[in-house]
Amino acid sequence: MTVSAQPCTTLKAEARNLSFFYGNTKALEHISLGLRDRCATALIGPSGCGKTTYLRCMNRMHDLYPGNRYEGELLLYPERINLVGQDIDPIEIRMRIGMVFQKPNPFPKSIYENVAYGLRIREAITRQNLDQAVERALRDAALWSEVKDRLHEQAFNLSGGQQQRLCIARALATGPEMLLFDEPTSALDPSATARIEELVTTLKQKVTIVIVTHNMQQAARVSDYTAFMYEGRLIECDRTEKIFTNPSNKLTEEYVTGRFG
Amino acid sequence: MSSGNAIDKSIRSGFGRETLTRRKLTDLLFASAGLFVMLLALSALLSLLGQLAFDGADRLSWQFLTSYPSRFAAQAGILTAWLGTVVVMLLTALIAVPLGLATAIYLEEYASRNWFTDVIEINIANLAGVPSIVYGLMALGLLVYEFHLGQSFLTAGLTLGMLILPMVIIATREAIRAVPPQIREAAYALGATKWQTVKDHVMPYSMGGILTGLILALSRAVGETAPLITVGALSFIAFLPHAPWQADLPYISLQWIFDPFTVMPIQMFNWISRPQEDFHANAAAAGIVLLLMTLTMNAFAIAIRARFRKRIRW
Repeated sequence: MTVSAQPCTTLKAEARNLSFFYGNTKALEHISLGLRDRCATALIGPSGCGKTTYLRCMNRMHDLYPGNRYEGELLLYPERINLVGQDIDPIEIRMRIGMVFQKPNPFPKSIYENVAYGLRIREAITRQNLDQAVERALRDAALWSEVKDRLHEQAFNLSGGQQQRLCIARALATGPEMLLFDEPTSALDPSATARIEELVTTLKQKVTIVIVTHNMQQAARVSDYTAFMYEGRLIECDRTEKIFTNPSNKLTEEYVTGRFG
Repeated sequence: MSSGNAIDKSIRSGFGRETLTRRKLTDLLFASAGLFVMLLALSALLSLLGQLAFDGADRLSWQFLTSYPSRFAAQAGILTAWLGTVVVMLLTALIAVPLGLATAIYLEEYASRNWFTDVIEINIANLAGVPSIVYGLMALGLLVYEFHLGQSFLTAGLTLGMLILPMVIIATREAIRAVPPQIREAAYALGATKWQTVKDHVMPYSMGGILTGLILALSRAVGETAPLITVGALSFIAFLPHAPWQADLPYISLQWIFDPFTVMPIQMFNWISRPQEDFHANAAAAGIVLLLMTLTMNAFAIAIRARFRKRIRW
């Protein structure tokens, strides 16, 4: 991985005039948004504003369903490849950009197999390296101490919060450059939420993080930058403190102070 | 608040109680009517089974299972018939499983939605409703006369395979659809290809439903008579098919798939259409065996479903 100067100084990805359509419905309109390297950016906004749509552009999840269309550019640095370009293979993108979903969605397999899956499908790892990689990923996801003695038990036996950390470990195992979180704590209780947030703050030192959240306190706690979206448009993106204390846009101010949304 | 008081008052006055008694009575009426109808259906089934057992139980013996058919009812047996049924079922499964699985997976996971796949889908549903005799006529014209496959096990297997193919496809698609999209997305998000997602996730997690549907389709095929009469099942076969092995290279022999065949329902049909009472008892006994075969298959289906359900929770 590229180790450039300080975290949060250079860009890791940048949307330029990105628009997205579900069939004929325009869901994103001319988004231009830079995401900084090894930095956590939160996407906030009322339901249906396009936060998740934007997030799912980044690993081309929209390609799984027919009728979806991108316009504009979404550049990944340092190579400056256009993530939403026609000539880019979505599978290649998903191998570099991991995703954690709203509801914990472990595979109905063992804990070990869940974490190992991403490496197995790449077909380029020995048995011993696999063991090491699984352990490293589980440690990085702060789950190792809880599961080290039952790696071969079913993942469904874990609690909701543990399942979500398992999903994070699964995404981390392949060493992604960027991790996308789609409201990762909306199905979890407060203490499990706290552990995930703590994890996000640790992880952002190594990988670039984009987190969609409905919870503004969460955005304030974990992110360095916050982007406010409304009706498919990006209203404002700035340092998190600024968005929450002194936003430049009236709409942002009304949203973060809870006057709507 | 005022409406709460109104309800309170009406309950106190006993106004609601009468209607409650009436509503509960209707409830009871429906429950007992349902129970009655169910018992009626069950007793019909049980009396059929009882009749079968009464007529045929005396003929059930080791001799009956291991004898060839005969002119004499007391010496006749169902060896060629049950062996034929087992072999035909194996061939049927061998033909319907790969075709059905591949079609269902293609339609669910790969095919794009357009008029062409719509047409295919509608026609699969239609095929499931085509009377089995029509499959028999088609097989006679195509397999026997056109491809010269003869009145053989192969023809029987292909005919029944085609007959249950739509059922296998529909059951498999239902099972595949039951795998939540979040699981697929999880696999894709890790960089899996479509085939990896299908083989590592979709297929294993839907296997319970697929196997259940398959066995239910097979247990329907086991009782099919009409299409097999059409393609020329023999009702009197006094020899076994060729063995599937041979002494010299390549050791495996496929001669048996071209042997003439019979199956249980055909044997039964033949016996029941004879005038002698003794043969009717044979038919009843064969009926019991056929029923046991079907029930065993259904039991397998239930066991498999229970096993897979226990392992997978969404």
